[in-house]
Amino acid sequence: MAERELKRKPAAAPREEQVIEETPATGAQGEKLKAELDDLLDEIDEVLEENAEEFVRNYVQKGGE
Amino acid sequence: MAVAKVCGIETEYGIHHVGGDGNPVASSSLLVNAYVMDLARAGWDFEDETPGNDARGFAREGSMPPEVETHLVNAVLTNGARYYVDHAHPEFSSPECIDPLEAVLYDKAGEEVLRRSMEAVGRSLPPGQSIVVYKNNSDSKGNSYGTHENYLMDRAVPFARIAHLITPHFVTRQIFTGAGKVGSETPGAAGRDVAFQISQRSEFFEEEIGLETTLKRPIVNTRDEPHADPQRYRRLHVIVGDANLAEVATFLKMGTTALVLALIEDDGFDGVDLALAHPVQAIRQVALDPTLATAVEMADGRTVTALALQWELYGLARKYAEDRGLECLGDETVGQMVLQRWEDVLHGLETDVSQVTGQVDWAAKLQLLEAYRERHGLDWDDSRLAAVDLQYHDLRPERSLFARLDTEHLVTPADILTAVSEPPRRTRAYFRGQCLKRWASAVASANWDSLVFDLGTDPLRRVPMMDPLRGTAEHVEELLRECATPAELLTRLSG
Repeated sequence: MAERELKRKPAAAPREEQVIEETPATGAQGEKLKAELDDLLDEIDEVLEENAEEFVRNYVQKGGE
Repeated sequence: MAVAKVCGIETEYGIHHVGGDGNPVASSSLLVNAYVMDLARAGWDFEDETPGNDARGFAREGSMPPEVETHLVNAVLTNGARYYVDHAHPEFSSPECIDPLEAVLYDKAGEEVLRRSMEAVGRSLPPGQSIVVYKNNSDSKGNSYGTHENYLMDRAVPFARIAHLITPHFVTRQIFTGAGKVGSETPGAAGRDVAFQISQRSEFFEEEIGLETTLKRPIVNTRDEPHADPQRYRRLHVIVGDANLAEVATFLKMGTTALVLALIEDDGFDGVDLALAHPVQAIRQVALDPTLATAVEMADGRTVTALALQWELYGLARKYAEDRGLECLGDETVGQMVLQRWEDVLHGLETDVSQVTGQVDWAAKLQLLEAYRERHGLDWDDSRLAAVDLQYHDLRPERSLFARLDTEHLVTPADILTAVSEPPRRTRAYFRGQCLKRWASAVASANWDSLVFDLGTDPLRRVPMMDPLRGTAEHVEELLRECATPAELLTRLSG
């Protein structure tokens, strides 16, 4: 089997250079994202079906299409 | 020149009847009936249904065309959609849409119809019972149900050419269209120890090409049922996709596919052949790797990642857009939006998957699962993770996990509500929907390519609609306004 890889060609139009911060998930913004995710997880704990095992087991479908 | 990529999405929803007797056909009928009972609508006309016709001009021995069930509830809505019970699932087939953005709008309108159905049936069920609907494609126990796309194509393009050139896209587009799932449903060693896959559907595909939809599912489906003038048009029926909740994912699924199909019609591949050596193996391999690093073998012996192959297709599409324009995607603006979104999502997937959690379902779901897993110290086979997966797709606002995520919207809530009852303006769905709005009691039945009127006195009168691009608002809005009765309309149409 050939080992050559299909490399991505440069995009047809040049893109503007972007400066990407090396650690985007730190600092104030990262803290905010983390807090939002924590709130979301709290909410999931509240709304997730109480008996997960039974809930998942009872979800049986017939094949369709 | 590529024909306008009129398109639509058919979604079979998962259904769970809490406190019911376990008959999904009966529960689906209750659900759909609860919604359509009080509405202006017409029954479905099965005259022209031929799902067993094969685009290759034959049906392979032993292949199983789907049966058409005529005894179950089946309605056409004023927005031009079909809402019915298909086998053991409620199904919403969107009206014909002029572009991928409109397809997103009517896909979301379909979700709203299902939500209203759940509320309506809830009012009539005995205490303790409810019917819940999930927009997903698998029960995680080996049973899959479909989300199908349809695209209008030029009949002159040989089917074998379409199948050959579209397959690499169908294998690799799942990196942004996949809805993700926990675990695997493939029996034996191949399915063992799989934590997460990017697609719900990919592991259910066993053939490269064929007519079936429920057994030995093929990556390219050959159903030849144009629902339009068969001399001019073909309807490419696509069964390989996942149901998406993220609007951008639906937009990309429809937009990139329509664009690649336009390339096929207009020779935009320019001799480039991206054929894969083993498409069925490849679609499963790609699904199994959320890092997107897996390379698959091409027919010419090179190896390629799904991302690299998508960049190739994107490059071809971009060149096509510069050379030929994007009118066939509805208009240039929507076409350019497809290209921009395509480029953005590939960049995001390439650099950091957390950049696309607002656009791509599997990325959003995986982030949620990882965080939940970490918080509670769960193994991947913990049923709470399976529950999170399932509940991501729950359509009830109070239960839906997707609805709690901060995903990007392309259509407004007000437009979705309008689309629940109003048809698209730039396809024949306009004529269908408007006739139903005005004269539901005089429409005896309807299907994609005709309306049958019953005026009470004459024999039934069939109005054919063989061109999906006729019967638009531009064509018939004034005519419909001028006609006070359906009899007048029929006189004017035959005059």
